[in-house]
Amino acid sequence: MKDRPRIQDFDWPMLAIVGAISGVGLLEIYSSTHASAMAGMQWKQLIWIGVGLAGMFLIASIDYHTLLDQALPLYVFGVVGLLVVLAIGLTHLGAKRWISIGGVANLQVSELMKLIIIIVLARYLSEVRTDRLTLRDIVKITLLTVVPVVLILKQPDLGTAMVLVPVAVVGIFLAGVEWKHLAIGVILLGSLVPVAWHMRTHLKPYQQQRIETFLHPEEDQRGAGYQILQSEIAVGSGGFWGKGFGKGSQNQLGFVPVRYSDFILAALAEEQGFIGVCVVLLLYLGLILRLVDNAQKAKDRAGMYVVMGVTAILGFHVLVNASMVIGYMPVTGIPLPLMSYGGSSTAFVFLALGLVMNVRMRRFVN
Amino acid sequence: MAPWNVNDQRIPQGRLALVSYMSVALVVLLLVGFWKLQVVQSEHFSDLAERNQVRSIPIIAPRGAMLDREGRVLVDSYPSFSILLLRDDPRAVEKSLPQIEEGLGISKEDLKQQLEAARSEPKFQPIVIKPAASDADIAFVESHRADLPVLELMMVQRRRYPHGEMLANTVGYVGEVSPQELDDSNGRYRPGDIVGKAGLEKEYNEQLEGTDGMRRIVVNSVGKVMRTLDNVEAIPGKPIQLTIDYDLQSVADADFVGKEGALVAMDARTGEILAMVSRPTFDPNDFAIRIPAKEWAALNSDPETPLLNRAIQAQLAPGSVFKLVEATAMLESKAIPANFTVYCPGYATFYGHHCDHAHGEVDLHRAIVSSCDVYFYNVGKLLGIDRIDQYATGLGLGHRTGVDLPGEEPGLVPSEDWVERVYHHKWYPGSTISVAIGQGALMVTPIQMARTVAAIASGGRLIPPHLLKNATGLNFGSFPISDDTVKQVTDGMWGVVNEPGGTTLGLVKLQNIDFAGKTGTAQIESFALQNKLGKKLKENGWFVGIAPRRNPEIVVAALVQGAGWGSSVAPIVRDVVKAYFDKKNARLPQQANGGSAAPSGAASEGALAATAVGSHR
Repeated sequence: MKDRPRIQDFDWPMLAIVGAISGVGLLEIYSSTHASAMAGMQWKQLIWIGVGLAGMFLIASIDYHTLLDQALPLYVFGVVGLLVVLAIGLTHLGAKRWISIGGVANLQVSELMKLIIIIVLARYLSEVRTDRLTLRDIVKITLLTVVPVVLILKQPDLGTAMVLVPVAVVGIFLAGVEWKHLAIGVILLGSLVPVAWHMRTHLKPYQQQRIETFLHPEEDQRGAGYQILQSEIAVGSGGFWGKGFGKGSQNQLGFVPVRYSDFILAALAEEQGFIGVCVVLLLYLGLILRLVDNAQKAKDRAGMYVVMGVTAILGFHVLVNASMVIGYMPVTGIPLPLMSYGGSSTAFVFLALGLVMNVRMRRFVN
Repeated sequence: MAPWNVNDQRIPQGRLALVSYMSVALVVLLLVGFWKLQVVQSEHFSDLAERNQVRSIPIIAPRGAMLDREGRVLVDSYPSFSILLLRDDPRAVEKSLPQIEEGLGISKEDLKQQLEAARSEPKFQPIVIKPAASDADIAFVESHRADLPVLELMMVQRRRYPHGEMLANTVGYVGEVSPQELDDSNGRYRPGDIVGKAGLEKEYNEQLEGTDGMRRIVVNSVGKVMRTLDNVEAIPGKPIQLTIDYDLQSVADADFVGKEGALVAMDARTGEILAMVSRPTFDPNDFAIRIPAKEWAALNSDPETPLLNRAIQAQLAPGSVFKLVEATAMLESKAIPANFTVYCPGYATFYGHHCDHAHGEVDLHRAIVSSCDVYFYNVGKLLGIDRIDQYATGLGLGHRTGVDLPGEEPGLVPSEDWVERVYHHKWYPGSTISVAIGQGALMVTPIQMARTVAAIASGGRLIPPHLLKNATGLNFGSFPISDDTVKQVTDGMWGVVNEPGGTTLGLVKLQNIDFAGKTGTAQIESFALQNKLGKKLKENGWFVGIAPRRNPEIVVAALVQGAGWGSSVAPIVRDVVKAYFDKKNARLPQQANGGSAAPSGAASEGALAATAVGSHR
């Protein structure tokens, strides 16, 4: 047993996978934007990756138990932050998601909230000493999750709000759930469907539009359905081998919507074909499996919950984003981790991976 | 929060393993999804990708020009721009409408109407919303490429009629293809295509219109043209050369200013139409761009029917010109002796008809020269309607001449059969007397009259009137007439022009030209038309002239409605005939010098032959 985490205990294989995915992402961002007014975007993304890496080492250096000790203050901070966003946040594209920090960087509090919910739920679940969650525990976990979810929905940002849910679901599953509770949950969710259907008129017009479009994409080929259709066209026309780097017509001519960010997988699918998609999805699978492996090797349950919280969020991101690109899910604005261009989301992924490193480095430490 | 269990080391390995398997399963599912799009449906999406970025813009083939017999331009085309509205995105179209209305100055109703009309067409078919774009319109489209991607410019060839009203009824006009024509074309036409609608434009539409080409361009997502993929060049329409002689046409046209009627001048040997006039008329340039509905309705409902080509569509009584047919029938049938004479007291009545002048003892020659009705009443009575019908029909009346123009009318030669068929009663002998002087139910068109008179003067050779130079497969008809008959009738016609007592009063004599003709003055029986026009109509004047008198080179038939007297029409015909020979004689010295090197051998031959006859006179 050692008393200090060592650099050798870093998960180098995982970092290699992360590096590979980020590299593919940078290349595809370059390919998508080099011939447009946005040329040079990959360098900005590279800076964000650097910042993220620094953040990762920083967060890895603070013992996760210390972070978990601060669960309550962090939760309060996050919720208040979300309230502040709603009150005075910057409005961009019809949604309030950013707080201006000293006028320099715009912080997306909801990204921070993802980290906080991982820590908060890990803390709560690690306090459960039985192998079966009581109904009371489940209700508490649900409430802890629902508050930020509702606040983020208010921004409105359906995508990020949804991302918090799998942390709770995976957590509850790992903590042990009774069949009857599972049944109750399923029934409750089932009974929510008609309610949700009734409530759909209370959604924002663009959300209604997205759902409508998802259900009937062919009816509106230039509106919201346009995005899904164009994405499918890019993916489908890529074929098995792809059209080649920088040669995807849908991508290069701008038919793929936000091709450097949310739809970067469509751009890649067009240029690198099914083969390219296989490589990328297998890299992600490798990352997930490596994360689960880290969870299995965690020193304690708290560490395991932290790692699996990260796993749940990243896995959900990949699942939803890839499904959206091939038209299996509506457009929700969930980026593909490590590949999609974007400061806050990239930083989040590295910070989340920092938590995983944190746990891994301390598995042999007393 | 309560103190928490730091050292709880129960890791749920089984459940974690389950999460791993789940992850593998989900990735496999995703890969199946990608496989379906990228491998199974790859071709379908490649098609869509192609359609996304490739836009096909038609290149309109220029319509062939129409030239006169000497190659002078009568009708041509010039390049211009049309503005297309791309309709494959209804929402974008809807959004853009207000901006388009303002920028291009098209009224909201007009736009709505055009969109409505194109509703049933496939969405990828653009519609022409502005057929003749001004420089400002083009600039507007160019500068709004990004925010109005629904607009596109298309180069088109617009029809131009440099001489405006001259020859308008003959050349016709072009217009947008009608829904009916669109259906019948088996996909050859697209909505908005320009086709010949009337006259020669319609008759020779196939030669004149070329084959449209197609330019395929790659556009980006906001409609900006990135590059051209390929061009399928348009195949221009073929020009057609007409038999029309611009010089003669100008002379005839000038004489018809302010008049109502028609003129046909033909080469009496070949049937080539040298000039064709119909008045009142219209300006076909008005049709070259989409004609506003109001103007179109006005042209169509105008009681003076400017769209009617009177040269081939006006069916009217020929009046005394018909006496030439009767004279021929009398001489050829031998039913009446050639030296048959009648005493014309000027007041004899035949079934209510009388003669205006007391001509005294009249023979056939005298009867033609002074157009004695009494003489021809007697001839008609003796011939009977059957013989008149036989000769009139044989000489080309009562059926179409077959001129290469759409909508020719057949005219009418009444017969006993016809009366029984249409009116269900026996032929009244009095009707024969009317027909005998070119009245009654008898109806002819100017082009028929020209052909029939030319036939009588040429021994019964019926020429095929036509407007296309170098036409092939022409059918010459034949209704043989003896030389003696030809001589007697044409001498009479010569007398009309040149002898004292002729009905032209000696006003149209031509020096050194063997000019002959016959006047006609036809009463108008259509009271309905008089009421419609709200004025008392004067009689229609006819004159059909030939030169030289036997085996003529040129025949000119002119009709002036409301002229009152045929003799007032004769000067028009004289002018055309004179212009024909003036032009020919002016060319002669050059050809004499040039010898066999003359550009047109056929023309010089004809010219020399004509001069021989002319000097012989």
